[in-house]
Amino acid sequence: MIALLLLLIPLATGLICFGLKQGNAAKHFSLLASVATLALALVAVYTPTAIGYDTAWLSDLGSRFTLKMDGMGKMLCLLTAVVYPLIFTAVYRNEYKNASAFFGLMLLTQAGLMGVFLATDALLFYFFWELALIPVYFLCSLWGGEKRIAVTFKFFIYTFIGSLLMLVGLLYMYFQTADHSFSINSLYAVKLDAAHQSLLFWLFFVAFAIKMPIFPFHTWQPDAYEQSPTATTMVMSGVMVKMGIFAVIRWLIPMFPLATVQFSNTVIILSVIGMVYASFIAIRQDDIKRLIAYSSIAHIGLMSAAIFTNNSSALNGVMIQMFNHGINVIGLWILADMIEQQLGTRKLSELGGLAQKAPAMAILLVVMALANIALPLTNAFVGEFLMFNGLFRYNIWIAAVAGISIILAAVYTLNMVQKIIYGNLSVKTENAIDLPLNIKFALVIIALLVIVFGVFPQPMIELTKDSVTALFVKK
Amino acid sequence: MNAIIVSAILGVVMMFSGMFTKHKSTITLTAIAALFILLGANLLNSYGIFSIQVNTHELLYFNKLGLYFNTILIAATLIFVLLSGREIENVGINTAEYYALIFFVLCGTTILTSFNGLLMLFLGIEIMSIPLYILTGAEKRNLKSNEASLKYFLMGAFSTGIMLMGIALLYGATGSFALSGQSVLPPSVGIPGASFLQAGGLILLFVSMCFKVSAAPFHFWTPDVYDGAPTVFTSFMATIVKAAGFFAFIKVFDANAALLGPSWKILLSIVIIATLFVGNITAVFQRSIKRMLAYSSIAQAGFMLFALYSYNDMAYQGILLYTVAYCLATIGFFAVLMKVKDYTFDGLNGLAAASPVLAFAATVFLLSLAGIPLTAGFFAKYYMLASVVKAGGALWIVIAAVLFAAVSVYYYFKVIQSMYFKEGQPELNEISTGFKVGVLLLAAGIITIGVLPSIVLNWLYF
Repeated sequence: MIALLLLLIPLATGLICFGLKQGNAAKHFSLLASVATLALALVAVYTPTAIGYDTAWLSDLGSRFTLKMDGMGKMLCLLTAVVYPLIFTAVYRNEYKNASAFFGLMLLTQAGLMGVFLATDALLFYFFWELALIPVYFLCSLWGGEKRIAVTFKFFIYTFIGSLLMLVGLLYMYFQTADHSFSINSLYAVKLDAAHQSLLFWLFFVAFAIKMPIFPFHTWQPDAYEQSPTATTMVMSGVMVKMGIFAVIRWLIPMFPLATVQFSNTVIILSVIGMVYASFIAIRQDDIKRLIAYSSIAHIGLMSAAIFTNNSSALNGVMIQMFNHGINVIGLWILADMIEQQLGTRKLSELGGLAQKAPAMAILLVVMALANIALPLTNAFVGEFLMFNGLFRYNIWIAAVAGISIILAAVYTLNMVQKIIYGNLSVKTENAIDLPLNIKFALVIIALLVIVFGVFPQPMIELTKDSVTALFVKK
Repeated sequence: MNAIIVSAILGVVMMFSGMFTKHKSTITLTAIAALFILLGANLLNSYGIFSIQVNTHELLYFNKLGLYFNTILIAATLIFVLLSGREIENVGINTAEYYALIFFVLCGTTILTSFNGLLMLFLGIEIMSIPLYILTGAEKRNLKSNEASLKYFLMGAFSTGIMLMGIALLYGATGSFALSGQSVLPPSVGIPGASFLQAGGLILLFVSMCFKVSAAPFHFWTPDVYDGAPTVFTSFMATIVKAAGFFAFIKVFDANAALLGPSWKILLSIVIIATLFVGNITAVFQRSIKRMLAYSSIAQAGFMLFALYSYNDMAYQGILLYTVAYCLATIGFFAVLMKVKDYTFDGLNGLAAASPVLAFAATVFLLSLAGIPLTAGFFAKYYMLASVVKAGGALWIVIAAVLFAAVSVYYYFKVIQSMYFKEGQPELNEISTGFKVGVLLLAAGIITIGVLPSIVLNWLYF
């Protein structure tokens, strides 16, 4: 029942939001709704037993409405639930035209995300996969930057092609199941020969790779992140990219174990190319949003490479990092949004000296930046350490190349910090003031999470342990 | 039998209704009432409560599927008249005749759902087509409408000729009009090259049916005719008539396809891919939404052809669902489009601000046409693709189809972009509250079917 409520609360409140006449009412209502979801998610996380919900849906098609939460599901639902109140707090002072529609669509996206992480029926999963996409399309196209229409369209077509290929793969798998069903266990039980596995592997993988995104499917991402309204960018880069990683672990690897072994080298090399390539581009960026976008590609590349190393400690690292990257990147986006709202620019070359004017912001930015570099004692360190550990055991040369991206991450992140908070004041930053209370509140919570999980990562590892073991048993 | 007889009688009734009243809205109301009667008559037949019995000497055969298909088509026509009755009145002065012709078309479609031989197939197609030639040219003073009508008539007559030639060859080879293709000739009567004649006949039949459902490369009439015809009749032609054509197409080749051997699948694959290609790619480049919809209807035909490719239970369920989803969405979208004065993409700029209800409903219709999940259109495409995979068809054709579906997203979403993301002042016709409620209900129906497609399919079994 809790699982169902996690889905229904954002869905119902999202629909109610559309009906609210006043923008402010919608803002308060959606904040309240997201806090309620968070409370529920915490209850779910602390429920030791398995949580699920199951009812008949499309019996003709062999599909049931089945939700189930394992450790990974709990962790990602928690991430989705944590992120939303933070986002709504951070954008509390922003003015959106037609705010009730904006917050309604945001909550519908949350419902879609929850569904993706909860569904254990493949067709249901597909439905939520799309449900998460469509509101984002409208959010970006309606409230985004000037090039929003073309950019969002590219994003939509990309992901839609991916979804359709996945649908073909799903259909094929469905007819291979013994009992003609979409349930996850029936799909896991299908034993295909290697040739079919390799074809189907790619049908699914392309869909997930576009979502993550992995080189060379990433071209939609920097533009989309840059042009979207920042609240939506936060959802996209904080949570939506995790859909791809989650789907690889939940669906792809257990269904096609032979093909996973066969292609793991290809995927790892693609991911590592993406990491290094994105890091180099990030160095050259002048726009804060684009810089964070490329840095995000590099981080995701590491996660995707680590999944395919076939190493349980690396997979543990991926689990922790999924949560932590979500938190950290949102911290960075909140700061980027704050700078843009307050100073009217996102260009590093036009910023400088903010440490004098806004000391609180400077401190918090440094914390987020250090977490982005994965310095020890920040939350990202544990995850990246475990993932690199796995990559080293897989192939030392690949790990060495991937290691370059760590150095580069320090280069571009510290360069950004330096240009924003040090140096002389510029025309734009002369009249800067410190963080407003709501943003300070959101960022302090994120900073606390960064440090707490950096010092004490064990609970997160415990939470997702069952998913990691399950994957290795299945293989 | 009920639907055939009642629709023919009601057609005559509608024709004479113009003599008793000059009020166009009264005529529309009469037509709506008549459609309810027709729907009722067909339902009585479906549930076996009352049916008119005529000995047709096995020329007609009524089964559950056909009768259900009738129900769908009549209900779709009813929705069409309810939403767009005002536009039918605006076409010209002969409102009563337009309705009469629509009923005659329905008579043709009801024959097409129940024919049991090639002769009745031919009659059904003709009864359905001839009123359409007239409806296409209903705007007497519009040159484009005249041109479309003439073009449609000439091409239609030509394809009818091909169909007759095919039927003649088949009759010559087997000595019967039966759909099974079994020869009834005594073995002593030796026809030289009988199987050759039969294959030739089937190919000719195939070509003419491809023409009727506007499958490439026999689609060239479609954009001109759909563009030239009065928009309200384009909506009717692109949905109800086309669906009936498909039903007949599937029925004819159900038993016969085996006679063509493995080449049948190759032939069909080429036609399907060509149809998807031409429809989708050309639609991308259109400036006028009406013309874009003409090409998109070709593209949708490509998807419906998958039912012929697979021929299994999912194919029949799929074609039903596809008909429902496609008819509802297209009728709805045309109804919205007719409220706008300018049919170019730019003509819809800013519709979301000018009329949020219309824009929302239109968005649902377009999402359904594009096959986005949570709309009826998704399950329509889903069943079609699933039927091919189930039939063990080549996976490449399915992959090609979904890639074309992704292309279709491009042009459908361009309309959404115009409505929501671009600024403008669209010129709108008068929109009544009833119309708004109507399109919203239709949109709600599409979403409901998109979540629970079984509500359409279960009817087939009860």
